Amino acid sequence: MEWILLGLLATPLVGFVLILLLPRERLRWIHALSIAVGLITFGLAIALWIAFRPEQPGFQFRIALRWIESLDIGFRVGVDGISLLLVVLTTLLTLVALLASLEAIRHRQKEYYAMLLLLETAMLGVFVATDTFLFYVFWELVLIPMYFIIGIWGGRNRIYAALKFFLYTLVGSLLMLVGIVWLGVYAQQHAGGFTGDLERLQQIGPTLPLTAQRWLFWAFALSFCIKVPLFPLHTWLPDAHVEAPTAGSVILAGVLLKMGTYGLVRFNLELFPQASFEYAPLLAWLGVIGIVYGALVAFAQSDMKKLIAYSSVSHLGFIVLGIFSMTVEGLQGALLQMVNHGLSTGMLFLCVGMLYERRHTRELAEFGGLARRMPLFAVLLALAVLSSAGLPGLNGFVGEFLSLLGAAQSRFLDNFVFAAIGVSGVILAAAYLLKFYHALMFGEPSNPENYHLRDIGWLERLQLIPLVVLFVWIGLFPRPFLHLSELSFRSMVAKLEQLRFGITTIELPTPQAAPAAEPVQPSPSPLEPQRFLEEQLRRMPPPRP
Amino acid sequence: MDFLIAAIPLIPLAGFLTLGLFGWRWRSETVLGALGSGTVGLSFLLSTIVLGWLLQLPEPQRSYTVVLYRWIEAGTFRVELAFTVDPLSIVFALVVTGVGFLIHVYSIGYMQGDAGFWRFFAYLNLFIFMMLVLVLSNNLLLTFLGWEGVGLCSYLLIGFWYNRRFEGVGILWTTDAGRKAFIMNRIGDAGMLLAMFLLVQQFGSLEYSTINAQAASLAMGSGTIVAITLLLFLACTGKSAQIPLAVWLPDAMAGPTPVSALIHAATMVTAGVFLVSRLAPLFALAPATLNIIAAVGALTALTAATIGLVQTDIKKVLAYSTISQLGFMFTAAGVGAFSAAVFHVVTHAFFKALLFLGAGAVIHALHEQQDIRAMGGLRRSMPTTYRLFLVAGLAIAGIPPLSGFFSKDAILWHVFEEAGILGWLVLVAAAFCTAFYTFRLIALVFHGEERFDRRHLHPHEAPAVMRVPLLILGFLSVVGGFLGIPHALLPFVDSPNLLEHFLEPLFTPAAALLGKISAPALHWEEYVLMLLATAVSGAGALSAWRLFSADGLAAEQKIQQRLGRLYQLLWRKYYVDEFYQKLIVEPVQQVSERFFWRFLDAALIDGVVNGVARLVGQLGSIVRRLQTGVAQSYAMVMLVGILALLSWLVLF
Repeated sequence: MEWILLGLLATPLVGFVLILLLPRERLRWIHALSIAVGLITFGLAIALWIAFRPEQPGFQFRIALRWIESLDIGFRVGVDGISLLLVVLTTLLTLVALLASLEAIRHRQKEYYAMLLLLETAMLGVFVATDTFLFYVFWELVLIPMYFIIGIWGGRNRIYAALKFFLYTLVGSLLMLVGIVWLGVYAQQHAGGFTGDLERLQQIGPTLPLTAQRWLFWAFALSFCIKVPLFPLHTWLPDAHVEAPTAGSVILAGVLLKMGTYGLVRFNLELFPQASFEYAPLLAWLGVIGIVYGALVAFAQSDMKKLIAYSSVSHLGFIVLGIFSMTVEGLQGALLQMVNHGLSTGMLFLCVGMLYERRHTRELAEFGGLARRMPLFAVLLALAVLSSAGLPGLNGFVGEFLSLLGAAQSRFLDNFVFAAIGVSGVILAAAYLLKFYHALMFGEPSNPENYHLRDIGWLERLQLIPLVVLFVWIGLFPRPFLHLSELSFRSMVAKLEQLRFGITTIELPTPQAAPAAEPVQPSPSPLEPQRFLEEQLRRMPPPRP
Repeated sequence: MDFLIAAIPLIPLAGFLTLGLFGWRWRSETVLGALGSGTVGLSFLLSTIVLGWLLQLPEPQRSYTVVLYRWIEAGTFRVELAFTVDPLSIVFALVVTGVGFLIHVYSIGYMQGDAGFWRFFAYLNLFIFMMLVLVLSNNLLLTFLGWEGVGLCSYLLIGFWYNRRFEGVGILWTTDAGRKAFIMNRIGDAGMLLAMFLLVQQFGSLEYSTINAQAASLAMGSGTIVAITLLLFLACTGKSAQIPLAVWLPDAMAGPTPVSALIHAATMVTAGVFLVSRLAPLFALAPATLNIIAAVGALTALTAATIGLVQTDIKKVLAYSTISQLGFMFTAAGVGAFSAAVFHVVTHAFFKALLFLGAGAVIHALHEQQDIRAMGGLRRSMPTTYRLFLVAGLAIAGIPPLSGFFSKDAILWHVFEEAGILGWLVLVAAAFCTAFYTFRLIALVFHGEERFDRRHLHPHEAPAVMRVPLLILGFLSVVGGFLGIPHALLPFVDSPNLLEHFLEPLFTPAAALLGKISAPALHWEEYVLMLLATAVSGAGALSAWRLFSADGLAAEQKIQQRLGRLYQLLWRKYYVDEFYQKLIVEPVQQVSERFFWRFLDAALIDGVVNGVARLVGQLGSIVRRLQTGVAQSYAMVMLVGILALLSWLVLF
């Protein structure tokens, strides 16, 4: 079954090459090819989901190809419960972004679609890489197509925004590279050889001396927090969103930001647990500040895209809070919220793009009274707004509720105040989102240009309706989604609790109880916490004074 | 039985989906209206069947849960989508579907010819579904889904005519009133979320049965319990329009009148009373919270009733009346008289729905006129509506033997027993105001001379489809009180208070905690209080009648002059709206825009970011000067460097 994962990574890349080979006048071919690639990739992601076995711990569909053998750096990929949903989300949103571009992008189409497909491979690579060096390569690769998408097909101030986006994120990731190399060197000195193998590093990480962990924690966290973006590192986001074309905004909000939160889970929590215990309250504070701050600033915006951009700052605050609660509930909520935010904010950007195509403005004051002119659009946008506002019954609520519940219950944070402040984001979200919706939809149109706007057509419906179906599905039946990552997070939290408190309350399925349908490769499993930890603790250097 | 119980909420959901997805294609209002009302009628029928089934079960077994599926599961937290029928939930379900059905039927006439006819019925069906989820849920999280769901429907229906203007503080359009309702409710809902987090910490579950069963093992009045119950009560003040979150309800009158009757009088706003009753054993553990609830309820009852005395919009008078009556219910709950609170929910649903629907008939007849100063003398052209309105007025005023008398008397009696004479006096004062504003309303609308434009308006009775629901509600307003006849009035029957008896098993644990195992009351005391309260209400009604029935407008002006500042204070609703606007809404807007965005975000943080970029650029342009490209100067620098290095090596 490993071929699915390889195919998933290769398909957009092949598409990228094929589009480059096509003559630039053949627009229909280019369109058809990119949609086909998007569909196939999405199909492969669904196949991955179906073939995935949530009851089996660790990475699945693992492939390890040689790359730099002397340093034990390899092309290692694999999927576990944490990355699977993000992979599916990436392929879905790329497909939607491709559809949204068909009418919106008018010049340099060949390069545009090539860039979008290259971006897809890079994003997928970030989520499936299980080698630190490979991860870094994909992480940086994402920047290049995104830089061009903003810089070439963006709005008036696109160069400034693209450069800001590029430099901001690059600064962070350089420190991460230092951290990755440092980890490899440490492995060479203390664990028998330089390595980029994430699974080996996961075992080495908790044995690092605390001082080293602290430095490494920030080397990684800075890069991730910029990507999230966590207050106060967020100012690149509004500029990038405002200038990016619709599809760029969808991908940026839907997937790119999730790379940051994914990194925090995958690297910071797993590699530097002791440092995470220390810094969890700080990051949780930044999360709740982000929730309130992003919401208040969103409330003050009159540009639709800026408003949604700041709402992302607020929503991502919930995710960071859930992550650093280090509880199963919080992490589950955070992961689901990553998906939810991708869907609902993605949809909000799509809707803004549809209005922009009609009126060529993003100023809220230019609109009003559209409900009567565009009734179907009004209904769908209302659902996106309600999903984003966390109305129970729709997807956003489940994620926010679990994140906040985790924060409230966390033994690591041990402070109810995080949930108490975070919950105010729920009130403020209603305030700024309804302000946004009312300004567009209600009242009487004051501007004659709004009298004859046409309702959305079939291509636009095709983009929005699947997302709405997912809102309801995740809102009412979230278990198929939550189930995927339950085991991964349970074992992660069990490990963390063992390290911090010496005891864990998390129940893990015993190896015998796990259905042994397929013989699993006996790997040096990090997933039997009891045994693993004993070994770890034995190997840990005595604490320095 | 499982299937029947699950069908109670699911049928209106099916109605909503059908109307919402296909309704816009159907031209026939008859089909749409029949479908919309039919689903609710069917739910009502099923609810009566389930009631019958419950009644034949032995008392301790009258609680039955149907699990549909497991909703959310993460870590140790799990919650199911499950419905429970027990005496409390079935009483609420019956009121919701019964009164809801009548209002649906009425709406067929009221909304006739409206462009959004199908949309209206779709929203109403969604509302019934959400309300049923709220009351039938077996856990707090699912109740929260219904809780926010009814809030959403309320929002959608307040702003139903989204291109109509509406006046209010900070409000221009009807939709602004809807938004105000939604956000104020969300403030309360945030409290409910926090309460849920604390409950999960405490009990590991959000199921009512678990919470109520385990509550007994906790210490009386512990900090956590007080915090949980206060946060829950905050949510109730939002949904049930109590101080401090009451101000959205009068503005909610921007919606169509059937909506005001159904959502903003009979059902949704009583959800707070439901929640407190549902978790009665928990609330009973927090005497501090109960005291606050009683105080807030009494204060709300009195202040809202006083505001109602001077309002001139027929629906606003009724809105303040609703707030005031809800205050009565909370006072009852606060003194531990949960079944009296529920009793008042039931009777209030009858007579307040009737008042609103009657008002709707009047508004309809006068072509959307809502100002009572422009009405008058309508008893001649609308005799049936007049009589029914009078019945409802007598009921709300608490004149025996109409329904309001019994439920209000039950509340007053319990308040007197638990909170003493002071609480009783406050509520009796509120009752006086209630009778006064109700009969002022009746006099100004139906008596005196006809102050509307008689050349263009020819008011007449509403069509049968609107009149029949009114008649049924009128009947219920008369006899509804017999569900709860106090023992004092029928001392020979074992338990004449049918409703109390039916609900008793649920409230016994709470009553035991509060030490309220019913001591046989001294009947003469009860008789005296009953007589006094009735006399005060009668006096209120009669004085209003005498003042306003002949020449209402003149009396109105005279009172306005006589009261002066006090009148202004009441007219402007104690300036609470203005206070919130100036002290909360505007400062938040200003601070968000000026401080957080323009200063902190754009100037400071982004300034630092761009400053760093500029600094690097400037450093670069300084260092750039070194790269002159002149080989000699490079050689010169190199020489100096080598010399410096050498001398350092030699010297040290």
